[in-house]
Amino acid sequence: MSDRKAKRLFTGSIPLPTFEGFLVPILAVVAALLVGVLFILWVGKDPILAYKALWRVTFGSTRNTLETLVDTVPLIFTGLSVALAFRCGLFNIGGEGQYLVGSLAAAVAGYALPGLPAVVHIPLVLLAGFAAGGLWAALPGWLKARFGIHEVINTIMMNYISLYFVHWLVIAHLKDPTNLSQRTPKILESAVLPNLLQNTRFHLGFFVALLVALGVYFLLWRTIAGYEIRAVGLAPAAAEYGGISVARNIILAMVLSGGLAGLAGAVQVAGISLAYYDGAGFVGYGFNGIAVALLGRNHPAGVLVGALLFGALGRGGVRGMQAIADVPKSMIGVVQAAIIFFIAAEGLFRVLVPRLRQRRQASRGPGPAGGTGGEGAPHSGTATEGGAGR
Amino acid sequence: MSIFSLTVIASLLISSIRSATPLVLAALGGIFSERSGVVNIALEGIMLIGAFTAVMISYSSGSAWLGVLAAMAAGVAIAWLHGVVSIKYRADQVVSGTAINILAVGLTEFLLAKFFGQAGQTPNVTPATLPTWLPLHGFTQQVTAFAWIAAVLVVLTHVVLFHTPLGLRIRAVGEHPRAADTVGINVFHMRYLGVLLSGALAGLGGAALSVGLLNSFTDNMTAGRGFIALAAVIFGKWSPFGALAASLLFGFADALQTQAQIIGLKVPSEFLLMSPYILTMLALAGVVGRSTPPAASGTPYEKGER
Repeated sequence: MSDRKAKRLFTGSIPLPTFEGFLVPILAVVAALLVGVLFILWVGKDPILAYKALWRVTFGSTRNTLETLVDTVPLIFTGLSVALAFRCGLFNIGGEGQYLVGSLAAAVAGYALPGLPAVVHIPLVLLAGFAAGGLWAALPGWLKARFGIHEVINTIMMNYISLYFVHWLVIAHLKDPTNLSQRTPKILESAVLPNLLQNTRFHLGFFVALLVALGVYFLLWRTIAGYEIRAVGLAPAAAEYGGISVARNIILAMVLSGGLAGLAGAVQVAGISLAYYDGAGFVGYGFNGIAVALLGRNHPAGVLVGALLFGALGRGGVRGMQAIADVPKSMIGVVQAAIIFFIAAEGLFRVLVPRLRQRRQASRGPGPAGGTGGEGAPHSGTATEGGAGR
Repeated sequence: MSIFSLTVIASLLISSIRSATPLVLAALGGIFSERSGVVNIALEGIMLIGAFTAVMISYSSGSAWLGVLAAMAAGVAIAWLHGVVSIKYRADQVVSGTAINILAVGLTEFLLAKFFGQAGQTPNVTPATLPTWLPLHGFTQQVTAFAWIAAVLVVLTHVVLFHTPLGLRIRAVGEHPRAADTVGINVFHMRYLGVLLSGALAGLGGAALSVGLLNSFTDNMTAGRGFIALAAVIFGKWSPFGALAASLLFGFADALQTQAQIIGLKVPSEFLLMSPYILTMLALAGVVGRSTPPAASGTPYEKGER
């Protein structure tokens, strides 16, 4: 373990407020928005008008700001989910599937448990979503810990397994017989996350998300369990040597990560949709969670900012760009992808910004060459190096 | 109708081959990429862009085969992006692949609106077919010309990978890039080659879907086929014939699923649909013959790193 890594681990310092930590995500967002300008010009529209429309429907009024915050909520959870796994050197790309199973479990807990007071029922619904997502992620975690099988492939496979499995459960067993649409029965009144402001969708889930973000920060940097997770992420071999079970922490991190993605589904069901609606495909929160975590440098505070940006882009694309400025909303997908590219290829900015180049040279050491730039970014073979597999 | 009736068997066989064709093509691409040491979870996105490009160029030029070539070129262009980000800038290959998949959905929707002025689906085009004087024309019409192309490419990929110096180099940089580098193989060039070939083949796989099996593009029409192709790469143990067998098996599951009612099969179609993914997980775990990826697959290469 290099000095730099050791220091990072033992001081428990927040790695976010560095020049480098802020600069790359900001440059990436600016560059991606400029790519957006090119696309808007390409369809012959006015980019200034389009971005003004985007701003107006997202932060232009108190009501719009609150609605944007509502759209941010699931992304906070999935962003935290990806970030927590990253911190343990794991890439949880299975957020989409964990979200689906979490949503369904929450919906079932929401309608099948009558007679409970809200103070009991709501936490139970959230817990059901967390548990389902966590269990769903436990399998790839165990396979990684036990056999050293890369979690990326298994979580991708499980995304699709969950898509068909959840679909089958809904149409074959859990469908509301009194309703034509493919959904479960509506959750009970006692399971609904209370709406906090009339005429908006702003519900208690937003504060749950903030609380959970704080909780993830506390867990990772203020508890022994979190210390172990980060130690495994930074240097599995050293962690194992120091008496930390790499296998146990890999499974724990995957369960927590999957649980957070499941929680995203639970909060959407209890706060917005009030039932599980069976759709044709993935909702996208899981994949966007990867982008949010990257933007946020795998730090809970950063995740909040990243989720806000992606939530705003999602809302602004449909209601602003498309509805007001007549720019296809799919343009936002291009901008979101560009953000990920620019952060992933942060080397690009090192060429452009001399100061970053110097830092890169100074920091070049025997550490992992994980290029995502995130602290504790995964690099292949962490588990096997840690002696967990093979 | 019994499952053993001859017409049922014939129709199952043909629809298996039809479903398998785009999978085999994209899986061959996945093999080239992964064998060279670059994980390519972007197959899904590249297929989608290939599918769109094939229809767009077929529509504007009137030639479906020109559309197919354009789809391959578009696949190469997108794969090049994956290559630059993950080889040159050493970004995490899974992150880059995720970005391409997100990009592909947005970009194809955007271009559909831009060039056809409508959302959701393109107008119909004439699919790519072979001349009628060729033998087996009736069969070819049913399984599409792409099935033959895929069969030829499977053999070709096998020969290139395992019986040429180039194939040896590609495999060497995927297994042990440092060793390959010391004997004078340019790791970066080989990896770019692997990634670009994967782009061409996945683009072709997308074209096989949009101007082969079907005759138009609809939003997100690949619907996970790129990930099934990735599963076929793994289930087929990173070998062309293995991927062919895996694709045919997955294609058969899909054929059973679509014809379950005719045959009188009692298994819910959802379980057939999820079978490729379950089988792949079992294969990785060693339950159905252990699959082990190329050793350096997924790891960026940095010259002079210890």
